[in-house]
Amino acid sequence: MTVQAPKAAGKSRAGQADQAARAGRERLAYLPYLVPGVLLFTAVIGVPFLMNLYTSFTEWEGIGAPRWIGLGNYAELAEDGEFWASFRNNVLVVVGMAIVPTAVGLVLAAVLTDLIDRHFGPRAASALRACIYLPQVLPIVIAGIVWSWLLNPESGAVNALLDAVGLGSLAHDWLGDPATALWTVMAVMVWVQIGFPLVVFMSGLQRVDPSLYEAAEIDGASWARRFRHITLPQIRPEIFVVLLWTTIAALKAFAHIFVLTKGGPGGATNVPSYYSYVNFFERTDVGYGSAISTVLTLIILALTVVFLRVQSRDLGEER
Amino acid sequence: MSAGDATTSATTTATTTAAARAAAAPPAGARRPARRPRRRRRGPSAYAVLVGMAALAGIMLIPFVVVVFNALKTPAEYTANGPLAPPEGLYLGGMRDFWERVGFGRVLFNSFLISASVAVGAVLLSVLNAYALGIGRVKGRMWVLVALLMANTLPQEALVYPLFYLSKQVGLYDTRLGVIIVFTVIQSAFGTYLLSSVLSTFPRPLLEAARIDGAGRWQILWRVVVPVVRPTLSVLLVFFFIWTWNEFLIPLVFLQSNDNQTVSVALGVLHGQRLMDATMSSAAALLGLIPTVVFFLVFQRTLSRGLTAGAIK
Repeated sequence: MTVQAPKAAGKSRAGQADQAARAGRERLAYLPYLVPGVLLFTAVIGVPFLMNLYTSFTEWEGIGAPRWIGLGNYAELAEDGEFWASFRNNVLVVVGMAIVPTAVGLVLAAVLTDLIDRHFGPRAASALRACIYLPQVLPIVIAGIVWSWLLNPESGAVNALLDAVGLGSLAHDWLGDPATALWTVMAVMVWVQIGFPLVVFMSGLQRVDPSLYEAAEIDGASWARRFRHITLPQIRPEIFVVLLWTTIAALKAFAHIFVLTKGGPGGATNVPSYYSYVNFFERTDVGYGSAISTVLTLIILALTVVFLRVQSRDLGEER
Repeated sequence: MSAGDATTSATTTATTTAAARAAAAPPAGARRPARRPRRRRRGPSAYAVLVGMAALAGIMLIPFVVVVFNALKTPAEYTANGPLAPPEGLYLGGMRDFWERVGFGRVLFNSFLISASVAVGAVLLSVLNAYALGIGRVKGRMWVLVALLMANTLPQEALVYPLFYLSKQVGLYDTRLGVIIVFTVIQSAFGTYLLSSVLSTFPRPLLEAARIDGAGRWQILWRVVVPVVRPTLSVLLVFFFIWTWNEFLIPLVFLQSNDNQTVSVALGVLHGQRLMDATMSSAAALLGLIPTVVFFLVFQRTLSRGLTAGAIK
């Protein structure tokens, strides 16, 4: 309505009120376009979310009437060792899916942009980028099947490869041993995840004038200095977005666990999202499962708010 | 989408060719474009970095290579030579066995049907929502956007049981339609968010002009707004297609019967039953990854424009 505003300024008060009313009616006319979205959204996300919240205060097997038990599920949760263990595992999953890929992705993006692209041409850089990105296009389930077969203790390629290079003594039941299962899952996650930060960071670095790197290099700035003083400050916004996005994805990691280990061995790779699934569909303890997923939701929402706060403060200071 | 896509990629190609020609032309005196830094000073350290990066890229690709090798071996060959040896011939039996056993054609069709329907439906829904929010600027649009963003970050774990329960009540459980509806809404949250911010910068004079020409709101949407943001819509279409293709939890819970399963669910369930031997596993993995690698190659250009597609020039 900005177009009408200057015209209205010269008119009387009544004219202005009329203008405002017309603008209001004008906006109202767009409401029908929102109706299908709002209805579907309420049915598919709003109602289920509230139902989940409600069931988390009840004991329910999925059939019959839920029995209200107040905070009973949450009290049980606080003392459930399995739940806390799944949380500790989730912290490591965040390391494997968010922190390591972001850090490594940053260094790789800087190397590809600052060194490979400038010395060997953009073709070399984008070919290398495509190779590293490729695992990202796989459905997680397929990636999981590939790796659980590669890591198979009897006939898997990983152990065969170790044998072939003379490290046969390191061969191992990678996913079957509680001591290595979670680390192995994390390694697979890094393989899957690394392409995402790399691609985002490299597209962010395109904003940087290449002559900036040239000039710094001529001035004798080492690669590490250029990384710290040019790369990092330039793509700060991307770093925040990638960290938040991958951390949320890590908290929701389900398919990785489902295909690779099913939470085993002995709960060594259990995570809250998988644990809630087990409670919903295997133990049919729906109330308890709802409580777990509610806690997970709260953590994710809190994390999002904190992240956005820190981000807006950090980026605000720069201006 | 295809028309708009073709136009855009044609433009891109044209620009690239022009740039290449400009670069190939002899430099006019000392005026060298800053964008084309000279490639000298390729010291030994630069080569070391290149070798290192190539090695890393190779390591990332090893699993793909191993999968292809073993998908093409006979079980006997696998036992004799181990998983690392290249195949002696092209043996397609493993893949054929697997294809027949899961009815892979049907599973593939289900995935296509679900992903394509969701992509189209979610783009339509996003357009309608964003038209009201971004151009109509209806009251309370901030709250709608916040709600949508929350929906996008909400773990599906917190929705899956109620959705499972409700879909049973209304008879959508174990139907592809049920999954399509759920993902149309989930994906459109992101689409609405992105498109609303794009449309809020839509040039007002264009709308005014259309209105003066006597176009109604509905016509303006389809004749003026949609054509302008078509590149963004095609990026969203690709995103939604691939995201839905890769979904696992909700299809796993919803699609119980073999006839309705998607590629991910069918492979995940079969894998969970631990019935596949090594060559069949890799045949399954190869069949599962071929479609996505094909999308990757087909859509690569659209996706690489994805991050900048938000801007209207």
